[in-house]
Amino acid sequence: MSAEFLVACDVSYQYPTRRGIQSLPVLSCLNLGLVEGEFFCLLGPSGCGKTTVLNLMAGFLRPTAGALTLSGRPIERPGADRTVVFQGDDSLFTWLRTIDNVAFGLRMRGVPKNKRHAIAREYLHLVHLDGQESKYPGELSGGMKQRVQIARVLATDPKILLMDEPFGALDAQTRGRLQDELVEIWRKTGKTIVFITHDIAEAVLLADRVGVMTRGPGAQVGAIVPVELPRPRRRGSPGFGEMWEHINTIIESEQADVS
Amino acid sequence: MTEVRPLRQHLAPGALGWLRFPDLVGKIKGEHLIYIASIVGMIVLWHVVAKTFFKPQFFPGPLLVLATAKEMIASGELFEHIGISLQRILTGFLIGSAIAAPVGLMMGSVPVVRAIFDPYAQFFRFVPSLAWLTPVVLWFGIGEISKILIIVYTTMFIVLINTMVGVAHIAPNKLHAAACLGATPFKSFLHVTLPATLPFILTGMRLAMGNSFATVVAAEMIAADSGLGYLIFNSRLWMATDKIFIGIVCLGALGLVTDRFFRYLVLRFAHQYGPIE
Repeated sequence: MSAEFLVACDVSYQYPTRRGIQSLPVLSCLNLGLVEGEFFCLLGPSGCGKTTVLNLMAGFLRPTAGALTLSGRPIERPGADRTVVFQGDDSLFTWLRTIDNVAFGLRMRGVPKNKRHAIAREYLHLVHLDGQESKYPGELSGGMKQRVQIARVLATDPKILLMDEPFGALDAQTRGRLQDELVEIWRKTGKTIVFITHDIAEAVLLADRVGVMTRGPGAQVGAIVPVELPRPRRRGSPGFGEMWEHINTIIESEQADVS
Repeated sequence: MTEVRPLRQHLAPGALGWLRFPDLVGKIKGEHLIYIASIVGMIVLWHVVAKTFFKPQFFPGPLLVLATAKEMIASGELFEHIGISLQRILTGFLIGSAIAAPVGLMMGSVPVVRAIFDPYAQFFRFVPSLAWLTPVVLWFGIGEISKILIIVYTTMFIVLINTMVGVAHIAPNKLHAAACLGATPFKSFLHVTLPATLPFILTGMRLAMGNSFATVVAAEMIAADSGLGYLIFNSRLWMATDKIFIGIVCLGALGLVTDRFFRYLVLRFAHQYGPIE
């Protein structure tokens, strides 16, 4: 397991008891190991606890039992080595210009203004937002806002990118373009990516490996499916449909188990 | 349709018009004509009703009010009243906001601070400043301090409550994003909580400004010998209804102008903190 990078070991999570009502565990004894540099998709139906897994990895939540480690060090709080791209656009700082949104993490680290703006410009270039530096988030389209989020997390040079259905709210065309660009960014930067989605096709298109989550309560990562299709992938590429079917069968058989 | 336009064009037509004279002169629109017609119509109606049905002492017409106003302007009396009231309003308003905004931010962000102050905030915001007149005079005398305190008191609760609402409305994802980008809790407060709450603070201040104009009359009931509140309150004794009307018109006009000016400043210098409509 030495090659493993981010490891979740027997992780359980249960929301705190409120007014004497015991909640059901969201996750129980979840195990997962990520390899450095891989593109990992976590796939599962809505409400199964995907976001909880991501929140645990980010350090926003602490597991009720078990532990998560990154390169052997326990994850106990949020840190700039694990940055999150959120689902909606409400995580952008609406009072800051695009460039200052991207430079936010560097500012927190005390990087001087000129330097952090220079770095932010590089990342804006990487996500094809040249010339949008001085706009406010409110003046950008949905796709552009998600690009800003991606540039913002990359600018802090994290070890791992956690993405929570980042393209879920976009129209099909924009989503397709951003998926391609994300693969390109991943290839250029070599970052490890954990990408949450409920869309099988999106997972097949993007991932090196797809972790299929079981139904909650007490969800786990069930099957882990390696996707060894050559890149760049297209929805019509040979093997794409078969892979889609394969994963869909896993999900369906699992739902059959429950019912 | 979804093209990206500069922020200013997203504003309602006329939002900045009040203080941008070139625009106003350049294109007086139908909307403006209706405003003017409405105001002129109301003054004519006022004149007709006052002349036809009432004695001037009971309900003075616009001509009488204008004549008295001219006298008061000539003697310098009116501007003295306006000046001193404006000074009290602005001092009280600024002090009140300066106290309430930080306290509201702390109450919104730190549960212990909220638990300590919330009972008082929730209790005293229902007690009008007028109820405090006598104790305030007893404790602070009949000087400027008492008058300003009354306005500070009114301002505080409005700004405080709005600030707390603002903190409660921050999207959790913003705070999460800041945390995972390496912000410590203090930096997160400074760089996220504060700017994200600013639109609410500014809105609270704008509302509080309105209340300060309403409260100046109460404040100047404290042994004042000047100010619009004094003018209104004192004219009562002489049945000088025309002077009361002048006080009323001045309060309304001053309030309107200050509000527009405040809004202009926000749009001009702080528009990224959200429109405060």
